[in-house]
Amino acid sequence: MMTKISPRSDLLMLVLFTAAILTMPIWLAPIGAGYPDLLQKFAIFGLFALGFNLLFGLTGYLSFGHAAFLGIGSYAAVWSFKLLGMNPIPALLFSVVFSSLFAVAIGYISLRRSGIYFSILTLAFAQMSYNLAYSVLTPITNGETGLRVLQSDPRLFDSTSEASGPLISNLFGIEMTGYSGFYFCAVLLIIGFYISQRIFRSPFGMMLRAVKSNQNRMSYTGLNTRPYTLAAFIISGTFAGVAGSLLAVTDPLAGAERMQWTASGEVVLMTILGGAGTLLGPILGAGLIKYFENIFSAYNEQTLHAIFSFLPDFMEGAVVSLASLFVGEGWHLTLGLLFMVIVIFLPGGIMEGFNRITKLFRRRPSRVGKRTGHSHSPASANAAE
Amino acid sequence: MEILSVKGVNKRFGGLKALDDVNLSIEQGHVHAIIGPNGAGKSTLLNCFVGRLIPDTGSVTFLGKDLIGAKPHEINQAGVSRVFQTPEIFGDLTLQENVMIPTLAKRDGAFTMNAWARVDGQGEIRDKAMHMLEDVGLADKKDMTADSLSRGDKRRLELAMCLVQDPKLLLLDEPTAGMSRADTNNTIDLLKRIGERGITKIVIEHDMHVVFSLASKISVLAQGTVIAEGQPEDIKGDPRVQEAYLGGAHV
Repeated sequence: MMTKISPRSDLLMLVLFTAAILTMPIWLAPIGAGYPDLLQKFAIFGLFALGFNLLFGLTGYLSFGHAAFLGIGSYAAVWSFKLLGMNPIPALLFSVVFSSLFAVAIGYISLRRSGIYFSILTLAFAQMSYNLAYSVLTPITNGETGLRVLQSDPRLFDSTSEASGPLISNLFGIEMTGYSGFYFCAVLLIIGFYISQRIFRSPFGMMLRAVKSNQNRMSYTGLNTRPYTLAAFIISGTFAGVAGSLLAVTDPLAGAERMQWTASGEVVLMTILGGAGTLLGPILGAGLIKYFENIFSAYNEQTLHAIFSFLPDFMEGAVVSLASLFVGEGWHLTLGLLFMVIVIFLPGGIMEGFNRITKLFRRRPSRVGKRTGHSHSPASANAAE
Repeated sequence: MEILSVKGVNKRFGGLKALDDVNLSIEQGHVHAIIGPNGAGKSTLLNCFVGRLIPDTGSVTFLGKDLIGAKPHEINQAGVSRVFQTPEIFGDLTLQENVMIPTLAKRDGAFTMNAWARVDGQGEIRDKAMHMLEDVGLADKKDMTADSLSRGDKRRLELAMCLVQDPKLLLLDEPTAGMSRADTNNTIDLLKRIGERGITKIVIEHDMHVVFSLASKISVLAQGTVIAEGQPEDIKGDPRVQEAYLGGAHV
């Protein structure tokens, strides 16, 4: 199976991950995903899914309201821009503080229940937040128009700078758009990945997996499960808050729809698609969904005609009209099909697929080497698991 | 010295009187067996000791600490471990992790935010866990998932998880139920070896072979009350015990 986990293999994993993320603009270009807007989304939603996985993947508690923290992070960041200026650092700090405070409150109440009841409670909280942001709290959230930074805002630290053009977040002079925006998000994703890796390998992470496995045994082993789950919920909510603030950093605007239940559902899909409980899976899932959303939805009948132009005319029309159901507005259909295929054939997500493939390659040489011991090789493969 | 004292414990489930004024006194270092026919209230009594059930009246005192109303993890941290009738283990985790968790719980208490250290850096904890696994003969399976074990092995794993915490009092709920004769004898040997560590044990058991090879004192429970108590030899010949087991007045 996998190579033994050691501090060394983890360091190697982190280095490879960092390299892969930082070179994304290069290796994603051939598949048409190498442009900054999409790369930013990859990094931001990767971080969101990474945090969600710390709760769902480790403890098994399925939060169905994680988008609330995404929204809270965005609003906190925009308020930081309005009050303190366009620097993203205070915006990040603001969203960390607010999202973790909300996570304490929501987690404290929701974690009194487990299973489906926990999911429903978190969903209720998220919908409450959405409705509050949409209507009741208009003075703070600017309702359905969305919260934006205005020229007339105090912006204590940079109100002196010349007021021309749209307001863009900038880190000591570097504007947080385009590739510099992506690299800012990428650095945070890498930091997030490092934290997540430390938690996965720590005694705390082991306790969280124990929560998922058998809570009864945990209590009778002298462990109080409640603070463990609450700590996981807060860390996870804070990750979502940071992701939300990055959305505001790359585009200083926060709207209530960011908190809607569809957004909460999306992060669940990302995590399951990639592989819940694995380190890399959720990031892959987030990338895949965002890629589909942006690439497939951009296809239209003309591009399809171009793709299928090699077919004879009478077939081309039929194929295009069938394929057009799955692209453009209908890209959700493709996503749904993909999700079904993965859940049915690879319940462990894309990561399980990878593991199966590597296992296949590992097994093959032993079979070639032991031509006579035909019955022996499956047994040894089983023992290796 | 008395380690656990049970006084006047009553528990009702609706119209059923599951425990009726139970009094017990467990001496330190002894193996105390609780026997009785099905439905006598043995497991209910054990549940009252670990905080799973709260008795209607009465008191359970462990080394001077009142256990009534205490949470399960508090009772465990006070030094009471329990082996369940159906093994309660961490099925998704490896055997080594299964034993490391109670070891960590013993060292770090009910909650510690130890999120930055590495599990594979906890040499002392791992050595202790591995030592325990060797004691119960599961060391060569340390990287297997606990769910893939046989029932007998699961039970031995659960026992290892309890023993690694060096409990003051160990509660065993039918430790050999559903085991083959060979497995049962292995478990008896294991429990006898534990006995040498001076851990007080309460054993609930149906199998008289197990009871008479382990117990230094026996209480017989029938219809929620203790009907006889004493040395194994006295219990064997007690007519009330035979009546409770073989039927008679109450049938």
